[in-house]
Amino acid sequence: MVTLMVARQVSVGRVGAVVGRNVGALRSGASYWLVLVSGFFEPLLYLLSIGVGVGALVGRIPLGDGRVVSYAVFVAPAMLAASAMNGALAETTFNFFFKMKYAKTFEAILATPVRPIEVALGELTWAMVRSSFYTAAFLLVMAVMGLAEPWWALAALPATMLVGVAFGAAGMAVSTFLRGWQDFDLMTAAQFSLFLFSGTFAPVGGYPPVLAAVVQVTPLYHAVELVRGLALGRVEWALAGHALYLVVLAGLGLWVASRRIQRVLCS
Amino acid sequence: MFGLVAEHQPLIHARGLVKRFGEFTAVDGIDLDVEPGEAFGFLGPNGAGKSSTMRMISCVSMPSAGELRILGMDPVREGPAIRARLGVCPQLDNLDPDLTVRENLTTYARYFGLSRAQARERAEEMLDFAQLRDKASSKVEPLSGGMKRRLTIARAMVNEPDLVLLDEPTTGLDPQARHLLWERLFRLKQRGVTLVLTTHYMDEAEQLCDRLVVMDGGRIVAEGSPRSLIESYASPEVVELRFGSEPLEGFVERLSGVGDRVDVLPDRILLYAKDGDDAVSEVHRRGLAPSSVLVRRASLEDVFLHLTGRTLVD
Repeated sequence: MVTLMVARQVSVGRVGAVVGRNVGALRSGASYWLVLVSGFFEPLLYLLSIGVGVGALVGRIPLGDGRVVSYAVFVAPAMLAASAMNGALAETTFNFFFKMKYAKTFEAILATPVRPIEVALGELTWAMVRSSFYTAAFLLVMAVMGLAEPWWALAALPATMLVGVAFGAAGMAVSTFLRGWQDFDLMTAAQFSLFLFSGTFAPVGGYPPVLAAVVQVTPLYHAVELVRGLALGRVEWALAGHALYLVVLAGLGLWVASRRIQRVLCS
Repeated sequence: MFGLVAEHQPLIHARGLVKRFGEFTAVDGIDLDVEPGEAFGFLGPNGAGKSSTMRMISCVSMPSAGELRILGMDPVREGPAIRARLGVCPQLDNLDPDLTVRENLTTYARYFGLSRAQARERAEEMLDFAQLRDKASSKVEPLSGGMKRRLTIARAMVNEPDLVLLDEPTTGLDPQARHLLWERLFRLKQRGVTLVLTTHYMDEAEQLCDRLVVMDGGRIVAEGSPRSLIESYASPEVVELRFGSEPLEGFVERLSGVGDRVDVLPDRILLYAKDGDDAVSEVHRRGLAPSSVLVRRASLEDVFLHLTGRTLVD
């Protein structure tokens, strides 16, 4: 019902115009490119230093389905999921917040026929595009390094897009509540904790039970499980559960974000 | 597009329009009708409710109570359709800092659903209108205040709107930039574009507006053409008397009966009279020796003083 009401309001052309604005900004700013490139290298450096470097000391990891893989193979899909998260969040937190609060970009857009939900959808679409650039490049690296079978790498790509949408939407919703730049320290800390403890560097099964239970309700855990399952060719029903979690997060984030844009800018 | 609706109904129609923010009532029940082709002004001090009214007219903020029709449509249900035909120039420039001058125009046109080709074409026309062709490839940030304002107005025109809303279009600009902007706005008016603007500059209201309302404390306190307001609320001429650093209250009694009314401001006394020179003779005959005397035509500022009982707060 809610979906139907939203769908009736949304004009694809207007969402496209919001995306187009970001494409224009990308074209005309050198600094933006720099940010984009650095966002790709971060997970790659983790993969090399920890996955490959520390991995040489760790040895091999049992996957639970009888297969035993090198530590780099275990870590790489998690870095892939993290890069999808980072790419989307960079767009819907820093950039989104600046446009909403300081540049008054959305205020200008909302004086046109574009609606708050269309602003949110446009921003989210762009965040997914950005995140997909990261993950596509990262998947290529994984395939070249022999960390994933090429076909499974391809199968993981849509999953990383879903991860981008879910984190993008959640980040956008959170951004609408931030008061100033100091709040970003909290957000960065949260993001880094997720990055460290979401079954990224060690199987969650080895965590203390309490920590494991906490981790299993946080989003990056589900993202890592989904992406790792596909990248390593281990398709099972649990993946559908992880995907559903991310879909719900995306829907919720989008709904909150568009409500907040309406509330803050159209009062 | 501009057909039946516009002929039979005013572009803006408001009855008992109210805007509340929590406990605070920003707009307290105003009635308005703006006809096609008019240049209509909201005059008033800061906090009078002008901007809140403008935000309701631009269908960004929803009325708390009362009736509002824009272009014959209901802002609550038909917001996007109304906004498609409006041009909005906000009080503070919100140009896109990530884009060039030209891209600001093309990108904005796309929000209105213009095709890429149409957007480019309109942007070129608007670059000429705003006299910004030389700056087309520049980012927005290095532009002067006047250029930014012209770009904001050009951006508001990119969809060929039926109704253009300008919230304090020349606030903060130097005199040259203001005059250039007035000239641009006058051209729009000549083309038959309906302009609605807010200002706290009396000269701006006199220059641009066919009709205006004076707002104070969320209410409309007077309405009419600039000339009719001056005629109703001020005498034809005003004499400004200064008495150096002497306290002015003491002179009020000695001036009673000179002209129609006497107003004491912190630094000067204003005498409203049919004939300023007669009033000055009378002042001298009463043995007063002001340090300076100025006789001038009454302006909207005098109307404003009369209606709100105070000088403008900035």
